[in-house]
Amino acid sequence: MSQPATAAQAGPSGLAARAPLADRVVRDPVLLAFAESVGGVTDGPVAVEGGRTQWEAGGASEAGTRLVAAPAGVVAFEPAEMTVQVRAGTSLENLNAILAAAGQRVALEGFSPGATVGGVLSVGRSGMTRLGHGPVRDTLLQARYVSAEGLLVTAGGPTVKNVTGFDLCRLLVGSLGTLGLLGEVILRTRPRPEVSCWLAGPADPFALRDALYRPVALLWNGTQVWLCLEGYQGDVDQQATVAGGHGLVPVAGPPPLPAGRTSLDPGLLAALDPAVLAAQGLVAEIGVGILHGIGPGSPVLVTLGLDAEAHTKPRPPTVAGAGATIVSAHRREGGPALDELNARMKSLFDPTGRLNPGRRPLDGRRATIGVNAS
Amino acid sequence: MKKTKKTSEPRPADAELVTDLRAALSPDRVHVDTLEAKLYGRDASLIRGEAGVVCFPTTTREVQAAVVLAARHGRAIVPRGAGTGLAGGAVPQHAPVLIVTTKMTHVEVDLARRIAWVQPGVINLDLTKQLRPLGFHFAPDPSSQQSCSLGGNVANNSGGPHCLAYGVTSAHVVALEVVLADGSITTLGGLDAEPEGYDLRGVFVGSEGCLGIATRIAVRLTPNPPAVATMLADFTEPADAAAAVSAIIAAGVVPAAIEMMDQRITQAVEAFVGAGYPTDAGAVLLVEVDGLPAGVAAETALVQAVCRDHRARSVRVAASEAERMLLWKGRKTAFGAVARVKPNYYLHDTVVPRTRLLEVLRQVYEIAERHQLIVMNVFHAGDGNLHPLLVFDAREPGVLDRVHAAGEEIVRASLEAGGVLSGEHGIGLEKQAFMHLQFTQTDLDAQARLRDAFDPSGRCNPNKVLPAGSRCGDLAHLDAAQRDQLLAEGAWV
Repeated sequence: MSQPATAAQAGPSGLAARAPLADRVVRDPVLLAFAESVGGVTDGPVAVEGGRTQWEAGGASEAGTRLVAAPAGVVAFEPAEMTVQVRAGTSLENLNAILAAAGQRVALEGFSPGATVGGVLSVGRSGMTRLGHGPVRDTLLQARYVSAEGLLVTAGGPTVKNVTGFDLCRLLVGSLGTLGLLGEVILRTRPRPEVSCWLAGPADPFALRDALYRPVALLWNGTQVWLCLEGYQGDVDQQATVAGGHGLVPVAGPPPLPAGRTSLDPGLLAALDPAVLAAQGLVAEIGVGILHGIGPGSPVLVTLGLDAEAHTKPRPPTVAGAGATIVSAHRREGGPALDELNARMKSLFDPTGRLNPGRRPLDGRRATIGVNAS
Repeated sequence: MKKTKKTSEPRPADAELVTDLRAALSPDRVHVDTLEAKLYGRDASLIRGEAGVVCFPTTTREVQAAVVLAARHGRAIVPRGAGTGLAGGAVPQHAPVLIVTTKMTHVEVDLARRIAWVQPGVINLDLTKQLRPLGFHFAPDPSSQQSCSLGGNVANNSGGPHCLAYGVTSAHVVALEVVLADGSITTLGGLDAEPEGYDLRGVFVGSEGCLGIATRIAVRLTPNPPAVATMLADFTEPADAAAAVSAIIAAGVVPAAIEMMDQRITQAVEAFVGAGYPTDAGAVLLVEVDGLPAGVAAETALVQAVCRDHRARSVRVAASEAERMLLWKGRKTAFGAVARVKPNYYLHDTVVPRTRLLEVLRQVYEIAERHQLIVMNVFHAGDGNLHPLLVFDAREPGVLDRVHAAGEEIVRASLEAGGVLSGEHGIGLEKQAFMHLQFTQTDLDAQARLRDAFDPSGRCNPNKVLPAGSRCGDLAHLDAAQRDQLLAEGAWV
């Protein structure tokens, strides 16, 4: 049983290349006008200004960079499709209001009012519910962006599943608009849960996580744990009972997060000294590794009391699997090859360096905690 | 069977290259005989190629050595996992060095981080079998999961029935150690949530072996759900089954899986494995919901109600794990069951918006009938991923031409409905000719730049995925009519 020769070999089906579908070329006047505002390689440095809610991300834009605005508005929302087509300049509040009316939402979080869809995607930072809702990058299905040459490019596809060609969408999320400027996107939506609630108490966050099934958020400041549960009422009640056994009680919501954040290997969080964490006023996202209250490269990390030995001390499994070797993951760095790869990507997508010059997605969002702790 | 065209002519292996490779790996893991060159010259499609040298490295360093030596001797490299791909992505052309990762099978489980570092030759189902007693599994579960490898899953960004709720491979890979075409070793992504730089991990997953070779993969461990309910809904009309799929999603439920099978495939499966499917049904839906018990109970009731509202004759909930496994066995052996109808099949893999499923399905039946072909549909209905199987006997004169013509019409119908070329099988060699249907010249040029950033030499799995002429600079090689057409569509020079 097998498949026969394929279309690529069939010769006569060269029809495919000769007769493209008419609508694959973007003729949307709104997007064409956006591309016009970005201009081409002779039009100088340019960046998109969204809600300026994470304007510090990646450093300051170079002086003389012309700022343009991405178009705004929801283009199409079909609740049964669980996707939404939206202009990049749309505010998250407006988008979520429209989605909420149909009992849906997107896994994007604005950190303050005015955040735009394009801005949140370009920065790529997840919200405090990433543990349950997943990273920003998995939300983007299709992007229409303006290239450094001023041309409209379509990346990805409109469906919830797609492996057609190379995945440019992943490249754009978190790229700070240094490879292309987002004009319109199609996002995956999700149903809103029946119930959502927060609990807090003085628990061991790692033991609590092991006791729960897929919690939505688990925050820890060294003395207190905040837990977000979502789902059907009966399930949330049952999980809340489990959490109650660890000392958690219902609270109104999460704690205010301190300014500044860095990204750590989540396996290192267990090695942080709780007393130091509390004294520094930091909040860690358990299971994710985001540490709030600290910036990349901050000298505060030196005082965190990180136990370097914990890197190689796995927490023992409750049941040993047949044939499974239980070890710690090794911390690995990309080295010079990764730096060169990132640099080649930038130079091929933006040969003249005109897209958001000064922003540095290549510079650490992650603290070099291994070095600081040694 | 009609003789298939080879994509490359044999090229004698360079004796010095073989000597160098055997010194770097070991003599018994570098093969050059004709039989193996032919055996490894194909994947699960029938696109034929021929390998120059077939290598079986066991470590990252050995992969690196093979890549470097291939470059030194002017040969391309082609990565290959278990060879279960359906689009020719691992088919070697022009006698490259074929790097087969099947002997790289080490697994390191890190429960504290809820990840596992695996080598690319680990079989998908083997990983889940190792993880299950620990309370976890690897969520992507392609139908070939008993034989496909993790390296192949990464190359194809593989899906499977349960990707409806859990996401495809990209959502389950956090980091990759890779050997690039120049022999350098690097790590893409990271265990931390937001590694610095561009998301090259996300770019690499699904790149069909064109950007390098993954040698270690950090996969996310998914907790086993405390409760699972598997339902078999039986419909007289396929249209009602398709409408029920949209209605389930519209009701705010994203089940773990929604699979649809039409009558022809249901009958073939039933005769093949006796899964308990009703053979007089026009179509059946296999729906699974999982999670915590209250949610599973609520969603089971909702799915049952929606199916009945759409004229399901019955909705049976598996009463035991054995019954559940039997229902899934029927679905996962469906392609094998096709042999009971005709000796050959051609499988497409388009995706359409869920709400257009019914409309495109009707077109698929109409197209097949017009071309006097039998079509059987078994597919991931929940995410709109069609798998129409055109079944035929290749010994029948002229049938292949009809199969290809019908296939192209199905692709076009899917794209006209707002769909995409491939949901999980990839482009490889098979669908290159269709890429211009979905993307403009400018879109393809952007993808070509991405590829060039990883492999400026163009030596890693060359001539796959992107059709010739994808780079705007390539326009010079097209004839005047082709060039004018592409320029009219927005290409730039």
